[in-house]
Amino acid sequence: MTPDAATLAGPWLERAPLIARDWLVGWLPESLRWFASSLLAIAVLIGAFGLLFAYLTLAERKILGRIQNRPGPNRTGWAGLLQPFADGVKALTKEDVVPRAADKVLHTLAPVSLVALSLIGLAVIPFGRHLVAIELDAALLYFFAAGAATELSIFMAGWASRNKYSLLAAMRALAQLISYEVPLLLSVVPVVLLAGTLSTTEIVVAQGGWGFGFWPHWFALTPWGFSAFAVFMIAALAESNRSPFDLPEAESELIAGHLTEYSGFKYALFFMAEYFGMAALSAMAVTLFLGGWQAPAAFLEVIPSYAWFTFKLLGLLLGFIWIRATFPRLRIDQLTRLAWKFLVPIALINLGNAAFWSLSGSWTGFWLPLRWGISAALVVIPFLVLSRALYAGLGPRVYRYAPS
Amino acid sequence: MNLVFALLALFCLVTAVAAVVSRNLIHSALLFVLTWLGIAGCYLWTGAEFVAFSHALVYVGGISMVVLFAVLLTRPARADEVAALPPVPIERILGGLLAVFMVASVLGSAIVTSRFAAPAASAPVLTVRRLGELLAGPHVIALLLVGVILTTALLGALLIAAPGPGGRRPAPAAGADLEELPDATDRGTASESMRERGTR
Repeated sequence: MTPDAATLAGPWLERAPLIARDWLVGWLPESLRWFASSLLAIAVLIGAFGLLFAYLTLAERKILGRIQNRPGPNRTGWAGLLQPFADGVKALTKEDVVPRAADKVLHTLAPVSLVALSLIGLAVIPFGRHLVAIELDAALLYFFAAGAATELSIFMAGWASRNKYSLLAAMRALAQLISYEVPLLLSVVPVVLLAGTLSTTEIVVAQGGWGFGFWPHWFALTPWGFSAFAVFMIAALAESNRSPFDLPEAESELIAGHLTEYSGFKYALFFMAEYFGMAALSAMAVTLFLGGWQAPAAFLEVIPSYAWFTFKLLGLLLGFIWIRATFPRLRIDQLTRLAWKFLVPIALINLGNAAFWSLSGSWTGFWLPLRWGISAALVVIPFLVLSRALYAGLGPRVYRYAPS
Repeated sequence: MNLVFALLALFCLVTAVAAVVSRNLIHSALLFVLTWLGIAGCYLWTGAEFVAFSHALVYVGGISMVVLFAVLLTRPARADEVAALPPVPIERILGGLLAVFMVASVLGSAIVTSRFAAPAASAPVLTVRRLGELLAGPHVIALLLVGVILTTALLGALLIAAPGPGGRRPAPAAGADLEELPDATDRGTASESMRERGTR
């Protein structure tokens, strides 16, 4: 549990959430306080990410609309601001259709367990200097164990529906999730190697400070870290079933896949889980590569740490939406080929790169540009070689029916 | 604290028994996953955080998928997922109880007769860092050997699954079975499966 607000130093804004918590919990007898503060942390997490989910759907529809030259939802409330709640009421009042042949228990359990498993990963994310729900020594393992368990829910959804399209789509979704689990985990290993810890709070602390007074020590701003960050984000897109990797639930592929037999609020729960998973993976990316709650410059530290975390998180989430509006969907064979022939080798080479970075930590002066140069070369050369090799024989595109 | 352990152990036992008793193979597999989660909980109860989470990651995330895929891909018809066993005769129940009793007596006598060292006054605190240092230091040979064995197994699996020289698979392999799934709709809600049943 995080320490008492009274024992901490620092600006008032930084401590404000803890002061508020202690004031709220202070009304209770001593023996119940730890329990109450845990419950409070859970409630705040669910509340904050629930609201984030609601407004993320609205932002997504608005931004996609703007990119496609249409206004997006703009009728419910002021400029469409009440749209998420209208959608929620609609989903709640719809009929819950369960196929007669379905396995009723598993059919109901699947969306519930998916939401639960997507949420529990948030417990180990340090949202601010003192804001982490539980501090674990092996926090990273906990996060990815929770993420790996979501695959079971997808399987349950596909199998329990007793629908051949659902089952086929669930198997394909599993193939995708398992394939992308490998680069996702491999891109995290360099961070663990360099930070020397599995604890998320310590990884953020390891990214504090500025090189030459202005260059933040964020891992994404080193050659190996940039490569790992890119691989992590691509794998995160695929893990959260987001476009361009949204085959498991795309309407054009196997009639929305494992979601075919779901309606009403269960259907909404699947989407909630998708957004929670996306937010959790983005938060993890911020923690691992973008310095977590650290400010980008020393004079900007007046803005409290949790605000910085929120800015970075929102930035990544908007990036997800932008990608969805920009890229066409991959085919299933292209999808698995990208994972196994491109991302996994890149991540493996990057592991060696991180080992080099770790060993060359004492290089200074003339050796410093050399260190950056070798590390950058270890990122750029494999990227060029691999992408050239994979593209061989595929281009350039011939426009057969269009006038040239 | 012992109450927590008793609850965890009870959870493991109940889910394990349910997994064995269940006639539906998928239900068995999913119940088995719950057992694994319970075991991870036991590790967590002893304070072995790292082991608990890696257990959950490997078993719940990985091995469970292997089990489920194996069940689905080796059963051509959906109806086969439910084991078609005759009603249990009294002899089988007695045989099962006898087997349980024998295993329990062997394990129990082993536990009763062996002398355990007195528990340390305070549990040793093993951080993940220390664990890594131990694995990469004194136990590095064992770690490397395990890695080599697993890699060999992986290569063997690839050799079996990969297409032969003529592009043909050497043995009837996993992917072929999915095509047969449409045949496997049972108690169908769709009219399509009704029609299939009619022609059969």
